[in-house]
Amino acid sequence: MKSKSNLEKVFESGKWAVTGEIGPPASADPEVVRKKAKILKGYVDATNVTDGQTAVVRLSSWASCLIIKEMGIDPICQMTCRDRNRIALQMDILGIAALGLNNMLCLTGDHQVFGNHPKAKGVYDIDSIQLIQMVKTMRDEKKFQCGDAMQVEPRLFIGAAENPFADPLEYRTPRLAKKAAAGADFIQTQIIYNVEKFAKWMEAIRDAGLDKKIKILAGVAPIKSIGAARYMQTKVPGMDVPEKIIAQLKAVPKEQVAKEGIKQCIDIINQIKEIKGVAGIHLMAIEWEEVVPEVVEKAGLLPRPQFS
Amino acid sequence: MLTTKQKPLEQIMGYLDKEKNIFLLGCKGCAEGCHTGGEKEVLEMKQKLEGAGKTVTGTSLIDFMCNEGLVRATLKAHENKIIDSDSLLALCCGVGVQATSAVVDRMVHPGCNTVTMGGRHAEWREGERCMECGDCVLEYTGGICPVARCSKYLMNGPCGGSVKGKCEVSQDIPCAWQLIIDRLTKLGRLDKMQTIVAPKDWSISLTAGAASKR
Repeated sequence: MKSKSNLEKVFESGKWAVTGEIGPPASADPEVVRKKAKILKGYVDATNVTDGQTAVVRLSSWASCLIIKEMGIDPICQMTCRDRNRIALQMDILGIAALGLNNMLCLTGDHQVFGNHPKAKGVYDIDSIQLIQMVKTMRDEKKFQCGDAMQVEPRLFIGAAENPFADPLEYRTPRLAKKAAAGADFIQTQIIYNVEKFAKWMEAIRDAGLDKKIKILAGVAPIKSIGAARYMQTKVPGMDVPEKIIAQLKAVPKEQVAKEGIKQCIDIINQIKEIKGVAGIHLMAIEWEEVVPEVVEKAGLLPRPQFS
Repeated sequence: MLTTKQKPLEQIMGYLDKEKNIFLLGCKGCAEGCHTGGEKEVLEMKQKLEGAGKTVTGTSLIDFMCNEGLVRATLKAHENKIIDSDSLLALCCGVGVQATSAVVDRMVHPGCNTVTMGGRHAEWREGERCMECGDCVLEYTGGICPVARCSKYLMNGPCGGSVKGKCEVSQDIPCAWQLIIDRLTKLGRLDKMQTIVAPKDWSISLTAGAASKR
């Protein structure tokens, strides 16, 4: 085992994994994090905690991770290159490992112009692939990026993200290969609404033998309203929301749209189960955490495995 | 004026590793002033390349290689020699490499690092093309600069926000990595992207401010 990660144990057991996601509040209130974590507990194997998602200032990922760790959840600390140079990144990597956190997701980060401080200077000293390589070198070779040695290494299970729907499409498989070569242990994908396109991407991944090298968690999320669907379709870069998904939501009375969104999400999970090489799902019910138990249960993913 | 320093010969020879026939370019603008790419340096480089067993198919000195129109017109006259070349080696700033890449369907290897700007971008009229990072990466990116043109300065791009050739930041910004991949695909050199490019040495760039080691 590379770490003490519960997620790694689930992968090792050969079972389909389920990860969740928590967005910390734009305040110093730990109760918001606890409330969300309480809902997810028992329904997911590990939970991502976002790191200033959409470049909006929020309670830090590592601090929120510590809060949910104390509640018995295995946190996945998200870490972006947008706000930290290689010195700060390595200090935080040591820090999260010292706090007993076991997983880290390496991201470049949403560009600062999207957030509430668009005048900020973006750092981007290194990119996500270089970050993956840096954590792996720290963990497996006990060396900092500069080559200096360390006594106690950060034993982190390394994650990365990939978007099967971004362009150029033909470069998405080689890019995943690069992330695997850099040392990522698992991948979480962008939210999937276009299952057909995702299945084609997985076919290319299998042809390249990448599903054997790296665990792939398929990103899913229920849609709460038609407005939310349209927003994702038109305003979120790299999201693919087919018209048919929106048409299904429009076909039901307004008060039943959210219910239909949950049903769609379960359907998508069931379709993904049939795709070879997928190691589980990453369920992102951002600001709608209360539906996670229902989705996980109805998708037949309970009980979650327990390890002593 | 853009101040350049020639890259170490070892690095240049590494770029030319699998290539035999090289067309050599120098710039009679800033690079001549910096003694990195004028007539004398082009001749010296020609001898070094020939000494290493390469064939120099031709040389050309251009007044300001940042003048894309002039580069196009000048290289048109050398078309036959360029067709017979595996690649071009450009002794000039990063803008000159990109102006050349924009007009020839061959790999254009950067022979210099651009270390300071010291003035305006000479004849180049479009957007920013060189951030004077001092550690030129145009070799890996098909002659299109990710430092100047990617919103996140990715060295191993593209990110997940590239859609239909545009940057996630704005529809007005072309995705630099889409341009890079298109260019390397056209040249049959996508293999350049398999290497994980290591973290950059920013200590020699302008972002290091007064402490820059340039």
